[in-house]
Amino acid sequence: MAKVRGAIEVDKEKCKGCGVCVTACPTHVIQLAKQVNGKGYNYAHMENPEACIGCANCALVCPDSVIAVYKVKV
Amino acid sequence: MSEIQIQDIIKKENFVYGKTKILTDNVMHYCPGCSHGVTHKLVAEVIEELDIQEKTIGVSPVGCSVLAYNYIDIDWQQAAHGRAPALATATKRLMPDHYVFTYQGDGDLASIGAAEILHACNRGENITVIFVNNAIYGMTGGQMAPTTLIGMPTATSPYGRQAALHGYPLKITELIAQLPGVAYVTRQSVHTPAAVRKAKKAIKKGFENQARKIGTSFIEIVSTCSSGWKISPVESNRWMEEHMFKFYPLGDLKDAEKDNEEDYRKFIE
Ligand SMILES: Cc1ncc(C[n+]2csc(CCOP(=O)(O)OP(=O)(O)O)c2C)c(N)n1
Ligand code: SF4
Ligand code: SF4
Ligand code: SF4
Ligand SMILES: [Mg+2]
Repeated sequence: MAKVRGAIEVDKEKCKGCGVCVTACPTHVIQLAKQVNGKGYNYAHMENPEACIGCANCALVCPDSVIAVYKVKV
Repeated sequence: MSEIQIQDIIKKENFVYGKTKILTDNVMHYCPGCSHGVTHKLVAEVIEELDIQEKTIGVSPVGCSVLAYNYIDIDWQQAAHGRAPALATATKRLMPDHYVFTYQGDGDLASIGAAEILHACNRGENITVIFVNNAIYGMTGGQMAPTTLIGMPTATSPYGRQAALHGYPLKITELIAQLPGVAYVTRQSVHTPAAVRKAKKAIKKGFENQARKIGTSFIEIVSTCSSGWKISPVESNRWMEEHMFKFYPLGDLKDAEKDNEEDYRKFIE
């Protein structure tokens, strides 16, 4: 059966750490980093990358449009 | 089956969704989680999908979104407080082949600009209105707006809005839906992926209606202002679902064409 794997790329320096992408992700991929970016925000990152299905929910709700979504069939 | 690496997924050919080019690369000045950012993105995506970048003119308001022209790469005007519908009226009448929209907050549209929006809609101006209702004056520090809910604390109603003292919250979208010039009135939100998809469809329809010349299209986005509300962005979304949606229920209020002038002529016959 074809399985889907996704991945996201967050523009770390432009992320404002609002966390709405964390809530929107159905498979709990995203967390806010313990580290901060140049503006002092705890940026979003893939804490659990294997679980990403490339659904783009996170990117849809991101107010700053800083998430790019990729998807492959494996 | 070999394990696929993240760098094998993050490749141009596997790209499925990201920032539209109609948004500039400027970092938005909005607070973390602000609904203005999502709403800007949807307007930009609609402009891209309809391929009308060269033919779209926005009118930005006074309020946090005064600088919208820094983020959506189209032609813009910036109106005096509440007067965006007047500028949009003139622009659309002079350039009827262009897509003209106003982008306004609730303080701008429902308070100081109440007259302009009601009359532009009543005239049935062939424009699209994007109304971001966060029930507060975000830009100036979270003062009470006409749209503030009863009991909702703000900087100028620290014990919560009281009807006896402050009057009732104004459902201006319901008022606008009554006007004969208006074709399409809908209330959406942008806090979940499903809501974002629906809001985008609504905005797209609002723009497409301009080509159909059927009257004004009015799209309210029930929004959050975590800085004004003084709770986190994620909490704000929850608060909005729990309180705002009860008073400002989501969905279409009107989907028709503006009234036929002939139906009004009979009154003088
Ligand atoms: C003539 C005039 N009166 C008052 C102000 C102060 N002022 C600036 S923004 C604003 C309210 C903005 O609230 P809203 O339209 O809800 O936008 P938000 O920032 O919440 O998106 C006010 C009263 C002004 N700039 N000009
Ligand atoms: S929604 Fe966007 S800005 Fe907010 S934390 Fe996620 S990536 Fe960052
Ligand atoms: S694309 Fe979907 S699964 Fe992957 S991080 Fe975003 S919301 Fe989660
Ligand atoms: S004050 Fe409110 S409306 Fe203004 S940018 Fe901040 S969150 Fe958005
Ligand atoms: Mg407001």
